[in-house]
Amino acid sequence: MGVAKYIKDEKDAVKEVIYQSGIRVKPAYTPEDLEAVGFEYAQDLGDPGEYPFTRSLHPQGYRSRAWTTRQYTGFGTPQETNQRFKYMISHGQTGLNVAFDLPTQMGFDSDSPSALGEVGRVGMAVDSLRDFEIAFRDIPLDKIGSGLTINAVASIMLAMYQALAEKRGYPKERISATPQNDILKEMIGRGAWIFPVEDAVRLVGDSIAYSMDELPRCNPVSICGYHIRESGATPAQEIACAFEIARAYIADVSRRGIEPDAFVGRFSFNFNVFGNIWEQIAKFRAARKLWAKMLKEEYGVKDKKKLFLRGLFGGGGSGLTKAQPENNIMRSAFYALGAALSGAQTTALCSFDEAYTIPTPRAALLSLRTLEILMEEVGLRDTVDPLAGSYFIETLTCQMEEKILEEMKAIQEVGGMVNAVSKGFIQRKVARQAYEFEKGLQEGEYVKVGFNKYAEEGGDQPDVDLHQYNDAWADEQVQRLKSLRRERDDKAVKTAIDALEQAARQKKNVMPPLVECCRAYATVGEMAGVFRNVFGEWQEPQLF
Amino acid sequence: MDNKKIRILVAKPGLDGHDKGAKIVALALRDAGMEVIYTGLHQQIEQIVNTAVQESVDIVGLSIMSGAHMPICEKLIESMQAEGLDDVKIVVGGVIPFQDIDGLTKMGIDGVYPGGTPFEEIVEGIQHVVSGG
Repeated sequence: MGVAKYIKDEKDAVKEVIYQSGIRVKPAYTPEDLEAVGFEYAQDLGDPGEYPFTRSLHPQGYRSRAWTTRQYTGFGTPQETNQRFKYMISHGQTGLNVAFDLPTQMGFDSDSPSALGEVGRVGMAVDSLRDFEIAFRDIPLDKIGSGLTINAVASIMLAMYQALAEKRGYPKERISATPQNDILKEMIGRGAWIFPVEDAVRLVGDSIAYSMDELPRCNPVSICGYHIRESGATPAQEIACAFEIARAYIADVSRRGIEPDAFVGRFSFNFNVFGNIWEQIAKFRAARKLWAKMLKEEYGVKDKKKLFLRGLFGGGGSGLTKAQPENNIMRSAFYALGAALSGAQTTALCSFDEAYTIPTPRAALLSLRTLEILMEEVGLRDTVDPLAGSYFIETLTCQMEEKILEEMKAIQEVGGMVNAVSKGFIQRKVARQAYEFEKGLQEGEYVKVGFNKYAEEGGDQPDVDLHQYNDAWADEQVQRLKSLRRERDDKAVKTAIDALEQAARQKKNVMPPLVECCRAYATVGEMAGVFRNVFGEWQEPQLF
Repeated sequence: MDNKKIRILVAKPGLDGHDKGAKIVALALRDAGMEVIYTGLHQQIEQIVNTAVQESVDIVGLSIMSGAHMPICEKLIESMQAEGLDDVKIVVGGVIPFQDIDGLTKMGIDGVYPGGTPFEEIVEGIQHVVSGG
């Protein structure tokens, strides 16, 4: 994926630099540039930890608390996943980020014909609470927070996490889960959607409204500009789309008579780090500022902490190449440096072998070590927002803010995010851009080291260990599901499923009946099946 | 190549929703003058075969990122043969490890284009496959 465009003259001097978001960069910056963008310390930055939080959410940044590292993990069976969780925790990882297989993400049980060949392939298979019990065995749920990377059936997984905590004896008030739960971005990129837009958004609203009282330490939604960027959005569009998605969820919860002030503090975000390092840094600083301003000025949110743009800045998958994969180790380190210079609160990196395979343990550990080196060895914890005051960075941050606002306006002009997604407006735009970027990359308009410059002849078969898919895991998972179906109390399951169906039909909050279903060991396929029957499935708009 | 436009069905089989690759290749093929039909996401093999019949395409291009390319391709080939679509070619792209390319070719897949293959190579490959080369 392209980064900045560099236009050179015949002597290889750089004549023009244009960032993806459309900002032209000058060869040198002076105080006059700050003046030109109307920069004012109090209004544009504020002290670290003070509104509008451009510099940092906390007064001392990493001095008081280093970032949380949360490598995306989970594959095969719950047993395998449990072992990998423990391995990462024993190596210093401070939170979990759970990957689910596709059947689970799409609401199918492991023995469904639709699941064939996919069970446990790209993440762990979860059919019922029994699988969660195994996956989280010995994990202290009151100390380790879990990101649950699932969307269409996120409400089911959040309910299951609560049922698990109760069973393990943890009060539900003390557990911390962050289901991704951002269905609108699935409809733009990543594609793990099931239900029609309106019902899908209402399910997100249900889990937000429910969490307010019942799960006070959970973050019920993690809005992902990340995947929209991976799909071809520019950095400015990435932030704009995320904020407009947030607006759609705020609207759904607000129409239940709940003030935004009561729940927006729990929103978290997931943003991408690949590309030009300065553009990313400006993007994150501008995003913190814009989010705080939007909540305060448009939604009347007063409490300072509720204005925080919290979340994970990391990943960077689209920046990595298949060619010369070892280069990805260095590339990721620089992406992480950008994240650290931006004051990322939580982070994770794609592993160097991800263009080939699910990361091997060695590759996943390298990513974690990269993050640890930045925090603990080379000085990224020394002082908060070290680039503040740079003529260049501050000018760029102000320009980025303008670009993001322009992109937000474009979405509002087509009637907001729900409409933009239903009509395919964003999807078409992003796909077209992705194509143009890819063409630019193939034609050498953007440099990708080792791919379109400094490439090696015959260097296309590098030595990467592959994570092996194990058919035996799928069989084991299906066997466990079959024995669960024999052993559980069928009457309790039926009662719970009936109650769920009634709530879905009456458009009541489905979270309480989902928790009951999970307690009774209803399967993911059964619960999602209720929604499939009642809501139907989304029909994608025609894109070309 | 003769003047007849190549009709290609770009299909996303299975549960995986990573469709950027499918979409950008679809746009590239269209820019190269082909008639492109895109199935959209979450297609079952039967749906893909039905669309191939209805649209009377010359070739089906599968985009697979989940790692399940071997079982999916096997099933598609069987279903296409059962429908008598022996003359419709099949190519596949996505996250395909190099060591699987041989297996796919032996299975009867006419072209394999792992992620990162230049558009030009894909376009020429498809033209070659369709012209029976």
